[in-house]
Amino acid sequence: MQPEAPHAAAPARAPGTKPPIIRVDQASQRFGTRLIFRDVSFAVAASEVFVILGGSGCGKSTLMNQMIGLLPPTSGTIEIAGHRITGPDGLTGRQAAQRVFGVMFQSGALFGSMTLLENVMLPLEMFTDLPAEGRAAVAQVKLGLVGLGYAAELLPAEISGGMAKRAGIARAMALDPPILFLDEPSAGLDPVTSAGLDRLILDLRQDLGVTFVVVTHELASILAIADRCVMLDAAAMPDAGGVIAEGDPRVLRDESTDPKVHAFFHREMLAAAA
Amino acid sequence: MGRQDDHGTADLNIAPEDGGTALVFSGRLDAAGAGKLWRPAMRAAAQAHGQRLRLDLAAVEAFDMSGAALLLAAERAYGALPQGSHIALTGASEHATAILERARQANEAANAPDDAARPTLFALLLAGLDVMADGVAFLGEALVAVVRLPSRLRMLRIGDLLRQADNAGVRALPLVLLLGFLMGMILAFQSAIPMRRFGADLFVANLVTISLVRELGPLLSAVILAGRTGSAFAAEIGTMKVNQEVDALVTMGLDPMTLLVLPRLIAVMLVLPALALALDIAGLAGMIAVMRGFGFPMESIILQIQSAAGVTDLLGGLFKAACFGAAIAAIGCRAGLSTGNGPRAVGLSATAAVVGGIISTIVLDGILALIFYRLNL
Repeated sequence: MQPEAPHAAAPARAPGTKPPIIRVDQASQRFGTRLIFRDVSFAVAASEVFVILGGSGCGKSTLMNQMIGLLPPTSGTIEIAGHRITGPDGLTGRQAAQRVFGVMFQSGALFGSMTLLENVMLPLEMFTDLPAEGRAAVAQVKLGLVGLGYAAELLPAEISGGMAKRAGIARAMALDPPILFLDEPSAGLDPVTSAGLDRLILDLRQDLGVTFVVVTHELASILAIADRCVMLDAAAMPDAGGVIAEGDPRVLRDESTDPKVHAFFHREMLAAAA
Repeated sequence: MGRQDDHGTADLNIAPEDGGTALVFSGRLDAAGAGKLWRPAMRAAAQAHGQRLRLDLAAVEAFDMSGAALLLAAERAYGALPQGSHIALTGASEHATAILERARQANEAANAPDDAARPTLFALLLAGLDVMADGVAFLGEALVAVVRLPSRLRMLRIGDLLRQADNAGVRALPLVLLLGFLMGMILAFQSAIPMRRFGADLFVANLVTISLVRELGPLLSAVILAGRTGSAFAAEIGTMKVNQEVDALVTMGLDPMTLLVLPRLIAVMLVLPALALALDIAGLAGMIAVMRGFGFPMESIILQIQSAAGVTDLLGGLFKAACFGAAIAAIGCRAGLSTGNGPRAVGLSATAAVVGGIISTIVLDGILALIFYRLNL
């Protein structure tokens, strides 16, 4: 057996040295005349933990919705694992790309009529030939990975918000996709649960070589997990809105001279002129 | 990445060897591969029980959590191991060993205490009594809200009441008229056939009139209301409960009973008698249409209608309708207010509102029939 990752992309942690698994090029988004962001470009390397950050209303979740194919960008191109999900052939690309990523939505978005185990089993039932006991066994392992093995038979209504997020991650990784998108995984969680989620992300990246794209504005979490990040700015003015910083968040925190980046990483109020 | 498109790339070779069996896996042991190999692997592992079992991963190209789940399930299918022995795993890379170990830990942590006790008959009986007690408590709270209404008139929002009356009454009118007209026609036509044999077909008018005014008018309009409005009340209030809007009202010192339940209760008690009256009139129109078709003059039909039912019958029917309306609205609102968490709970509440509304209507109808009989009405 080759000492390789389960997927085509190798799991070694060397951001920047691997070919990008996600490319976003000049993506812009407008709703009517309202500009959300413009000309956002970046690339995510395989097995990287990449964080999209920024203040409230800067379009982080909108950008993620573009990347997972829920929202076609007003302009620009996006490629996921070699599939172009935008433009005239976007539909074909989106259908192909949907097979290589999983998404955890902010609230978990679990199906309320199914137990946690059934939620995780659903993609296995739809996309594999596993027999029922096989699906249950695989789903049970996934729930165990996120620390919810004991809660497999509970309904989403019977669990806490933090548990719902973790169950959402278990469902997103039901088919072991090489890319996981996580929308605000730490929002509304206590520091201990939040740290547990951060640990889980790092473990999954190390063991399975999963690439993570995480949307968050939780500073502690960003500094704990991110290899690289891109920071968006709200489009308050016609020429604003878009990427204002990109790189290692620890370096940005210590070295950035941009007042908005500095304010974000040091939890400061921006001066009125800024 | 393991999905359907990778299907067929995994393989399993079951090879007998000295004192045991080797399961030699090759290709991609991901979700698709595990799906393909699951049954043969389980069968082979179970058959190897008591012998030495070796799992060979040397030819495996890709291995993920689904592959790990397959190997763990094969271990379980193999059965309990003699003390100190272990299933041999050969050819596994460091990476595969790490994933397998993580999956094993996840599974061990997952051994949940099974505390879901099977409900006993006694427990079910207690739960039933609890539901009834809750119903009585709700009735009590509603009565208290009515009594305290004069001091809380500000909380009774007239706009809300009118909106509910519009939804429950005006918008249900076309359906009620259509149903009433058709019911009148069907009743007249079906009863005319046997009554003609006795030369009593003119009395079809009496039969249909008394049936509609005393029973069918209130009953059918109540069933329509239970289906249309009772469920809507439960879903609307249930969604508010799920979104914690009801909790917000309580914390602001606003009484949900006065603010949410009373407008609906009053609106339905006002509109259901009107709907029943509309259904009566539409039914009589349907009956007249059939009777005219049989050649009876209009004057005779009107005379028969007047002789069949008096004002007391009509008022009795409308009173019944008001009672049915109160029961349906109360049951719908109660179902909404007792909604649990999640969208499923809202659906259950809506169902409970319709079922409860229809059953309570029938039961109330029986009780009122008995009371009217005793009062010679």
